Order: sequence, then C-alpha cells, then structure tokens
Amino acid sequence: MACLVRGSLKRKIMNNIIQKSALSAYVPWVVSAIVLSILPFIFTGGGAITIMNQIGITIVLAMSYNMLLGQGGMLSFGHAVYMGIGGFVAVHVMNIVENESLWLPLPLLPLVGGLVGLGFATIIGSFSTRKAGTVFAMISLGIGELIAACCIIITVFFGGEEGISGDRTMAPPTFGIEFITQKEVYFLIAFWVLISVFCMYLFTQTPVGKMANAVRDNPERAEFVGYSMRWVRFVSFCAAGFFAGIAGALFAINYEILTEQNLNLNMSFQVLLATYIGGVGFFLGPIFGAILFTLLQTVIGLQTDLWALYTGIVFILMVMFLPAGLTGLFAMHLIPMQLGRLGMLVRPYAKIFIPGLAFLIGSIALIELINHARHHGEEQFMTLFWIEFDTKSFLPWIVFTLMVVVGFYISRIIAREVTEAWGEATFVEGERR
Amino acid sequence: MAVEALKLDNVKKNFAGTEIIRGLNLSVAQNERHAVIGPNGAGKSTCYNLITGRYELSSGRVYLKGEDITNLQPYEVKRKGLSRSFQITNIFPKMSVFENVRCSLLWAMGYKYSFWHMVGGQSKLNEDAEKIIEELNLKDRRNTLAGVLSYAEQRALEIGITIAGGSEVILLDEPTAGMSVSETEYIVGLIRKVTEGKTLLVVEHDMGVVFDLADRISVLVYGEIIATGTPTEVKENQAVQEAYLGAAMEEH
Repeated sequence: MACLVRGSLKRKIMNNIIQKSALSAYVPWVVSAIVLSILPFIFTGGGAITIMNQIGITIVLAMSYNMLLGQGGMLSFGHAVYMGIGGFVAVHVMNIVENESLWLPLPLLPLVGGLVGLGFATIIGSFSTRKAGTVFAMISLGIGELIAACCIIITVFFGGEEGISGDRTMAPPTFGIEFITQKEVYFLIAFWVLISVFCMYLFTQTPVGKMANAVRDNPERAEFVGYSMRWVRFVSFCAAGFFAGIAGALFAINYEILTEQNLNLNMSFQVLLATYIGGVGFFLGPIFGAILFTLLQTVIGLQTDLWALYTGIVFILMVMFLPAGLTGLFAMHLIPMQLGRLGMLVRPYAKIFIPGLAFLIGSIALIELINHARHHGEEQFMTLFWIEFDTKSFLPWIVFTLMVVVGFYISRIIAREVTEAWGEATFVEGERR
Repeated sequence: MAVEALKLDNVKKNFAGTEIIRGLNLSVAQNERHAVIGPNGAGKSTCYNLITGRYELSSGRVYLKGEDITNLQPYEVKRKGLSRSFQITNIFPKMSVFENVRCSLLWAMGYKYSFWHMVGGQSKLNEDAEKIIEELNLKDRRNTLAGVLSYAEQRALEIGITIAGGSEVILLDEPTAGMSVSETEYIVGLIRKVTEGKTLLVVEHDMGVVFDLADRISVLVYGEIIATGTPTEVKENQAVQEAYLGAAMEEH
C-alpha cells in the first residue's frame, strides 16, 4: 500500500509540474516574495527596517505557535522556551564560528536553531502531549517556569541575567555579504520567514497535519479512525518546536544577544497574544497578529509607556467580541462581499466611524492624562496627538470626558443600525449557517 | 465452522463495584447483520465501549476474526478492522464534510503519521472520499462544515466516517435515534448499502428497523444476553417477551 501511495505521489507531482495548477498554487508565494523584496525600498528608514525584522521573527514564532493552538488545539503557555533555547544555541554557535572552530555561513544558522528547537520539543513533547487541555497547558507552564529559572542558575549556557551575546558579522561571508547592516539581515530574515511559512503551510496539507485538525476537533473520534491522538499531537508539537527554534536563531542573528527575557513566561504570553489577536482559526491569522502586535509594541511603545495596557485591552476586547481575531473580521466580510452587498455596510460604518473615533481618542487621552498626572505631575504641559496642552487646567479633562461619554452614547445608538445592516447584508433565504 | 467475525467470551465489567456487564457471551458470524436490543441501561453502549477499547474489561476476552483484541487501544482496534459509530453524534465539527471523510480514510490507506505526502495530490484517496460522500448523499454538502449540518445529515456522516477505510466489522450505535420516519428510511437504506458484504453489529431501539435489518438478534437485559436467534425466534421467545419485547412492541 505504501509503495502504491508513493508511486501515485510521484505521478501527481509530475502532473502538477506540467499542469497549470502548479503555477496558480505558487502565485501567492511568488507575490509574497516580491513584496518582501520590495518592502525595504519603500520603508527605507533604519527604524522601519528594525521593526520589519522584529515583525518577521514574530511571524515565524506566532505561526509556529498556531500549529499548536489553532491547528492542533493545544494551549501552550511556554512556547517561547523553544524559541529561546534555539536562540541561545544559535548565539553559542555564532561564537564557535567566530573562533573558527566551525565553518558555518550565517544564513544556515536558523536551521541549527530549528534543529535544537525540534530536539528540545521531542524531549518535552514525549510526555507533555499525552493529554491536551488543562494538563498540557499546565505542563507547558511548568516547563516555561523551569527553563526561565535555569537561565539564572546555569550561567555557563544562559549567561545569567546579562544573557549571552555574539557577533554575527564574524561568520564567513555569504556571497560577499557579511550581514553588517540591518538591511542585509532583513533579507536573511525575509528569506527564512517565507521558507518557514511555506513549509508550515505544506505541513497543514499532509496527512498528519489534517489529523491535527481532527484531533483538535474531536480527539476521541480521531482514535476511532485509527490515529493515536497522542502521536498526532506529538508530531505537531515537534514541528512547532522546529519553527520556534528557527525564530530563535533569527532573533539571535538580528539582536546578537539572548537573555532570560526571551524565553520567560512573559514572552510566551506575548506570543499567545499576537497569535490570538491575528486569529487562531486561520492559517494566515498569526501573520496579521504578529504585525499588529509588533507595531503596538514598537511604534506605540515609542509614544507611550502604556503600550502593554493597550495591548491588553485590545486582547480582552478581541476575546470578548471578536474571538476569530483580525482575520476573522476580514473573513466575516467575505459573506456580504460574495452576495454583492458590501455597499449596504458602507453607510452605517461611515456613520459609526466619527463617534467611535471620538470615543477611542477620548479614552486614550484620558488614560494618558491620568498617567501623566500620576507620574509626571511636575510637568505642566503634555503633548498628545501632536497637540500640546495644559494638564493643570480643567479644559482638557472636560473635553476628553465629553468625547468618551458622548462618543460612547452615539456609538451605542448607531451600533444598532450597524447590526441591522449587517443582518440584512448577510441574510440568505432558506440558508442555514 | 468458519471463525466468528466477532466473539465476546464471558465479558464482565464493574463500575465502582457494580457489575454492569455480567458475563456476556456473543458471537457474530462473518457477513452477518446482527442486532442487539434491550431496555435502556441494559449495557448496550457499555458493551460497545468494551469491544472498541474505550473502557477496560474487568474480565473476559474479545476476539476479532479469531484474534484476541481484549483491552487494545481504540486506534489499535480500528487498525485491526473494526469500526464503530456513536449514539451521540461524534464527528469533526470544524472540518468540512469532505475533510471528515478523507481523514477517516487516511490510516486505512497507509498514510500513518506522514508529513511528506500532500493529501491534495493523492488521487486515490480523494476519489475514495468523493465516492463515500456520494454514497452518503451528501454531495451538495461537500464543503459545508460538519458542525452545521442537519441532524440526519450528521448521522449519515457519522456512518460515513465509520465505514470509511473499509473495516470489515462495523458496529453501529442507535443509528436512527431521534429521527423522523423519512429520515429513518434514508439511514436504513444507507446502512444496507454501505454494509454490503460486511459484518454488522447494530444497537437499535426502533424495532421496525431491527426486524427489517437484522439476520439475527441478541437480547441484552441487565448485562446478560437472555436470547439469541432469528427475528422470528426472538419474537416468539417467552423470556424475551416478558423481559422486554412485549412492552417495546406495544409502544410501536
């Protein structure tokens, strides 16, 4: 049977190469590759490239996390561990390469990180994937704590609180490139992001990838169609560890330093947040999550020290009102779009935009104002949304409070209209959904 | 005599000291359609769970085509060629009908835990899945998520998942429970069609269905088989009438 299967696979691959289907299937990947190559020439600033590098690393990490959560139904609280270990080893390898004890071009380093992540996941997965649900989550939490604690104890490997650092430029040059500039590193990261996402996509199309979905949906029934749920989870878990390790090595290359902060529980929660915000139910969801999360962290993080608060609020609102995440929000609109009724939504959306925005700006301004009064009370003036104002006068307080109250009130009224319009735009006679 | 497709030898099961299955002996011949009937709480579903490895036996043995399958894991039992459906619909709700069926075929077609095949490119696998969907009469629901199908459609899919992969022994647990007359007809027709040439063991409350479908019937009362025989024999059996059938027949 197995050889039959392989024979037909070969035939199919040949057919695929010959037929048009091969071309159409690769279009999104080719487009992505082109977009990734153009991006650094559009956003040329050093800061922009730094952020894009960070986004790329987060994409690989969040996508690998979604192999567990979204595809396999495993809620892990310690996914950063596999990235961290992969990253630490990558830095050590970088240092070995620097001492010329080993010849390894930098672009191959992520593979080392991946294999380390895979190895570590194999060990942990061998016992943690026995059960899903709470047991799995608790074990992942325990492992996360354990490794974070080891960081302080095993200083030879983890370097204690300072972590360990390396120098990526000391690796043998690849085609004359020494990866000195951020832009050169960008291309290395972009390459690995593309490869990783492509491989992760292929994984979802394999028998074990399909069965990961089946085990997520109904582990018991999966057993009754011949699959051990534990083995299916184990394979997914190892694959997720592999890609997390790649992300870790990319991190090591980009920042040239790893510390305990890169694998502790806080980091694991950030991965969870980014993935969830993007949408766990969609293959591409974590990409959007990684982009939004990193932007919140970096761009907003530069503007205010409350970025974590805003991220938290976004997360809670997502969980409560939009459990399918950002991608779910897009996907929702495919229904009215297919029905050709997207136009019906434009008016109510436009109507709610102004009061909604007023409410949003008012809330942010109030939070910032309170934060300013609490922590920078001695400074009379503060700048918010490019406007400088006197925090000691009542005017800004009154204006912002009014914006919040009035904005909320009007939004609530219009929200009904939006709901109605939505119902109309998605209504199909006699169709179950 | 040819070896039985399925044989239970003095199977016992205790739950917290209470004996639910009290020395069950049952043998199902090859290619036979065998029904198990009995009042609620007689242990019919428990019996299924014991055969398929969902519960562990307290004592006794289970043989599949002469091979001892006692206390194997559910996936091992399935791999040996025994497949079951569930009383409560047990499908993969967030996957399409097609994916449900295709996943049920994977192991039987030898893919195991492969991460080097692309399922989309496996023509035999996809053709077989399409064929089963057509048999189930679910073609226009092919891409619908299983979780939003109607109840009867879900029951049909449940049977589809069970028979996919060509297990020789099929165990169905109340396939027509909660169905209207026309839905029942559809499901019974389906069962007939898909179990052709296979061994079928079916637990069922609807006596019309049982007498229509079964070659032989076993009556399970309080964890024991009190009678086995052809429909006519069972109908005429004094003990059965007293214990169960009389009341059930009046109801119908």
